[in-house]
Amino acid sequence: MNSGLDAHLVAGRENGFTVDVRLEVAPGHTAALLGPNGAGKSTVVSVLAGLMPLDAGQISLDGRALDDPARSLFVPPEERGIGVVFQDYVLFPHLTVSENVAFGLRSRKVPRHEAADRAAQWLERLGLAGMGDRKPRDLSGGQAQRVALARALIAEPLLLLLDEPLAALDATTRVELRRTLDDHLEHFAGPRLLITHDPTEAFLLADQVHVMEDGAVTQVGTADDIRLRPRTPYIADLAGSNLVEGTASNGIVATTTHDLHVGDTHIAGTVLATIHPRAISIHRHQPEGSPRNTWETAVIRIEHYGDRVRLQTGDPLALTAEITPNAVEALALVEGASVWVSIKATEIGVEAD
Amino acid sequence: MIRPRRGQLPRVALLAFLALALVAAACSSGSTTAESVILVSAAASLTNAFAEIETAFEVANPGVDVVLNLGGSSVLREQILEGAPADVFASADVTNMNLVVSGGVADSPQVFATNQLQIAVPLGNPGDVTGIADLADEQLLVGLCASGVPCGDLAGEALKRAGVAAAVDTHEPNVKALLTKVESGDLDAGVVYVTDVAGSEAVTGIDIPASANVTAGYPIAATTGGDNPDGAAAFVAFVLSADGQAILARHGFGTP
Amino acid sequence: MTDRAAEVRRKASRPPALVMVLALAGLAVFVVPLLGLLARTPWQDLPQLLTEDVVADALRLSLIASLGATAISTVIGVPLALVLARVDFPGRPIVRGLVLLPLVIPPVVGGAALLFALGRRGVIGAPLYEATGLVLPFSTWGVIIATTFVAMPFLVITVEGALRNLDPRFEGAAASLGAGRWTVLRRVTLPMIAPSLAAGLLLTWARALGEFGATITFAGNLQGRTQTLPLAVFVALESDRDTAVALSLIMVAISLTVLVVLRERWWRSG
Repeated sequence: MNSGLDAHLVAGRENGFTVDVRLEVAPGHTAALLGPNGAGKSTVVSVLAGLMPLDAGQISLDGRALDDPARSLFVPPEERGIGVVFQDYVLFPHLTVSENVAFGLRSRKVPRHEAADRAAQWLERLGLAGMGDRKPRDLSGGQAQRVALARALIAEPLLLLLDEPLAALDATTRVELRRTLDDHLEHFAGPRLLITHDPTEAFLLADQVHVMEDGAVTQVGTADDIRLRPRTPYIADLAGSNLVEGTASNGIVATTTHDLHVGDTHIAGTVLATIHPRAISIHRHQPEGSPRNTWETAVIRIEHYGDRVRLQTGDPLALTAEITPNAVEALALVEGASVWVSIKATEIGVEAD
Repeated sequence: MIRPRRGQLPRVALLAFLALALVAAACSSGSTTAESVILVSAAASLTNAFAEIETAFEVANPGVDVVLNLGGSSVLREQILEGAPADVFASADVTNMNLVVSGGVADSPQVFATNQLQIAVPLGNPGDVTGIADLADEQLLVGLCASGVPCGDLAGEALKRAGVAAAVDTHEPNVKALLTKVESGDLDAGVVYVTDVAGSEAVTGIDIPASANVTAGYPIAATTGGDNPDGAAAFVAFVLSADGQAILARHGFGTP
Repeated sequence: MTDRAAEVRRKASRPPALVMVLALAGLAVFVVPLLGLLARTPWQDLPQLLTEDVVADALRLSLIASLGATAISTVIGVPLALVLARVDFPGRPIVRGLVLLPLVIPPVVGGAALLFALGRRGVIGAPLYEATGLVLPFSTWGVIIATTFVAMPFLVITVEGALRNLDPRFEGAAASLGAGRWTVLRRVTLPMIAPSLAAGLLLTWARALGEFGATITFAGNLQGRTQTLPLAVFVALESDRDTAVALSLIMVAISLTVLVVLRERWWRSG
């Protein structure tokens, strides 16, 4: 029965804190566990992979219990069928790329020739044809991560667990690999769990995002849920950046509803525009001066977070803006009020999608 | 010049102090007034007898410290020839003494004692050894001194005279090492000196017939390069005196 | 790079003068005794000396003992290192201390201890003798045992150190890919510590080759059965100096060759 991952993870960490997290991921779906460093994400990876036992709770995958302290049940890592893609790849340095990829098969007594053939197929699928004889130290970051992906997928795991897969890469490679990952995740039939501290990664790759802080999940939802209705300051902060898709050309990013003027005049094609909430100015009347992006809109919602206020604006381009309580007072802002939004072109980040 | 940084000064000072202390210690061990120490290199078989002689001599000569260096005569010979400090050399055979004399490091040796060989067996004689012929038994664990060591050469001679081809299991570097292994029962038999058997409570002696046995003459001499020639002469004289001879006799040595 | 640049580079990386002087003194410690040995060598008689029985017997026994000790040390030492590195059991520091003990105590003391344990009247030796008639001292096996006793700590300590420095994530990754514990050991752990293992083997073998005190105390000294090269040298020094020198030369030659050749190839991480 392919019911996916059903886990309630309770485990103590080295520094004394406990992790208490519930995760359910259906087959064919990608969940992201998003949190800052120190939130307990690596503990989650360890207990799921079987490298560390739970203190309480249980893990079951496709209906089969993997760890159940109450019943003294613990399935060792080699019998769990969980494919892990690690943060720094953790490729075996003394084996070739091909041997790395074939490792899972050879561990299952698949004959050498067959394993090597299947490894070669996977390498080709990931754009690494002909690199089978290289050693991990000769690979670039992006290549190494793809090898790690192939190595995990070839063993046909029941759950794919990706631990900060893009963290060790530079910006360009990250974008490239994000696309590759997206593709392969799509094709993976089982449940997938992505562990990351990068909200963009989480929002773009996952159907459902679980935000984790200090050992507990503080919010679960779709990317939009998280972004538009953050429940904690941390989430508000990281999710705050507005992400807008559009087509760029000559310094203009055209979204479905509105055109944005951006500083980068060279970029073209499908792009992701990011606008930080604090980069959005709110005015009662049409502002004078330089910002090229101004339009009239309405305040949909106002939310207070201590000394910060988040405004939800409406058509033509829904955005989350962040202003001070003083500003709210000064502008006499209420929900439904009509306001003008202005954003400097240079404040809009653009990256190829 | 290397100038240590401020933080390193205490460390450098400590190292220098340690170095000086080591040097001082090394020098001082040789610098106690020479006339009060007599270094005696003596064959291992003289261990017990010379321990008693040392005590008697020190009692008779207060303020004097006799230091005994015991070992296989051939090892001692090499040490002395290579310049190791020694005031007196007491060897278990004439050969080694002659080598020292011809090496110019000692002169006018005198034989002060004799010794004969005996077969030592552990208490209870687990190997059921009855005589020298039994040493040819492969089943028994038999030990001799190494050749070059007087005890070993003499044992070889005795076996030849007795017409026995011994099934030896080990050649020990000196007679005390051999005796220890017999005492512990690790060996069934070992050819040692009569004095060794007499001096040990853990072994019994099996006689070697007079026709086969050999007599070893023990020569003693003062070295020419020693720091304490007067002390050396006094010690040699004591060994040759009635008192010294009585002690030797008590330990089983024969008269010269 | 230009010649000048290379020259400047070389000068900049050279240690200060005082260090070089002290280094020379350090070098002398090793070179001077060797020069003494070579100066004393009776070169013309050497071929004839080298073919004497006593030399061949000693060489054979030394090789048997050193290689045997190294092999045994590996077979039981590597598992011991694994347990010490991976299993947290009560009293582990004490066990580790015990393993290091042969490195610290005088080898003769080690030999004596072996006699007390495995001699004919020993704690284990006595019942063994009663039951099987087997006597370990004064036998070639006795030499191997004594040599293993003093040399094995080198292997255990080197391998344990390497295992502790091994990133546990590699073994975790292997397990997540379905590798059982033996497979992880065979395909990941041991290959990854191979350089350190090789260094450990070399150290162990070198120590085994030079072993004297424990051997002569426990196994005794008999040409052809227990007289290894060091023992033969010791005995020959008292009776036949020339043979002693020939034997010493052989030991130096073997040791130097192996150490130089293998060190270059294997001693990558150390």
